[in-house]
Amino acid sequence: MALGVTEIGNLLDSARSGNRRSLARLLTAIESGQDPGSQLRAGWTLGVTGPPGVGKSTLIGRMIEHWTSKGESVAVLAVDPTSPMTGGAILADRLRMGSTDSTDSVFVRSLATRNHPGGLMPCLGKMTRALSACGWSRVIIETVGSGQSEIRVVAFADRVLLIDGPDRGDIIQAEKAGILELADVIAINKADLPNAQTAADAVREAMGAGKPQSIKVHLVSAIEGAGVSELISDLDSCEPRSSRNTLRIRERLIASWDSTLLSHPEIESYLGKIGDGSITVDEAIRDIVYSLVEGGGEP
Amino acid sequence: MRIVIAKPGLDGHDRGAKVIARALRDGGHEVIYTGLRKRPDEIVRIVSDEDADALGLSTLSGAHDSLIPAICDGLREAGLNSIIVFAGGIIPERDRAILFQSGVRAVFGPGTLSASIFDFLATIAERQREGEPVGVGEGTGWHWE
Repeated sequence: MALGVTEIGNLLDSARSGNRRSLARLLTAIESGQDPGSQLRAGWTLGVTGPPGVGKSTLIGRMIEHWTSKGESVAVLAVDPTSPMTGGAILADRLRMGSTDSTDSVFVRSLATRNHPGGLMPCLGKMTRALSACGWSRVIIETVGSGQSEIRVVAFADRVLLIDGPDRGDIIQAEKAGILELADVIAINKADLPNAQTAADAVREAMGAGKPQSIKVHLVSAIEGAGVSELISDLDSCEPRSSRNTLRIRERLIASWDSTLLSHPEIESYLGKIGDGSITVDEAIRDIVYSLVEGGGEP
Repeated sequence: MRIVIAKPGLDGHDRGAKVIARALRDGGHEVIYTGLRKRPDEIVRIVSDEDADALGLSTLSGAHDSLIPAICDGLREAGLNSIIVFAGGIIPERDRAILFQSGVRAVFGPGTLSASIFDFLATIAERQREGEPVGVGEGTGWHWE
């Protein structure tokens, strides 16, 4: 159900004064593509990603406990994939975040990726800024890091934590996918299990630890709590570096471009023409860009 | 639809809840699963924060007659009158009238086919189109048979 501009403005005002229900409805409106206006604010954001089952939600639960005990408020956008076959999704990240369901200083919202063209969830940037505007001092985006679209999800945060576990070696594989360049901090979780130390050493070695610009690799146990406070203090002191920031902005730009391209009204016709050889790929790109300029920039 | 599947109270059995969550996902819905042992106020908060359309409550502990009405009251107090509430698990026939009175629109017992749940949701959508009450705070009287 689309809301009018005034209604969205009222929702934002109400959400900023602390009404959770209004915030929930505002996020739904943003998710469905509505523009909440200019009252949003950029704040502290963290993207958390890593392979399935390494303990991302559990570790976020620990971080939430730490921050809320210091009087801060934490909002989490937990992103899970939509099934491309049925359009359905199971969103179950919040159940691993500990006692988050009864605290006023925690807000968890589960989001399905909804198969946006180009893997872009254009709502994410606006959602994080809406949460910051409503006074949530820590805003976290969580996503499974298993492909290009997930990389783009964390690119909407200003700092990125990459989590891996023992006996996986996924981080080293991730180097190929380009996640590693976006990470500001790496955590090897499940330090309570054998081989976690070995995994951390292997990642440090692969990362070329010891070099001045190297990324810190933390060995943590989300279940027992070991290493978590060191990880958090590293995240707190981590200032988004300009080189990585450029990479993140680049991901956001590519995602936005893919989305524009793939939602072009005549994309199917261009695909057909390229297929039967009547135009080349370069000509198609030129025509599409030209049509966007003609159309005032809106596809 | 965005549907919260919740396990209220002290009940450690969630195979049924997980099967339903999966069936609803395969039916094209976004399902938020709460995990075990949630208090009524926690469930109300999850439904509100997630801005869900419906709430499915799975209980096998025998406490349905106190927990489910408490959740329905909580939803109404929070102004979540349009939420569609349905229940499943081990709920004896004699207890169902109390649940329907408190705003539950369907009770599914063991052996329910997922097709019945989809029929229920389709009927709900039809009633919504015609402006007939379906939400927990929209007046009782109708429930799925």
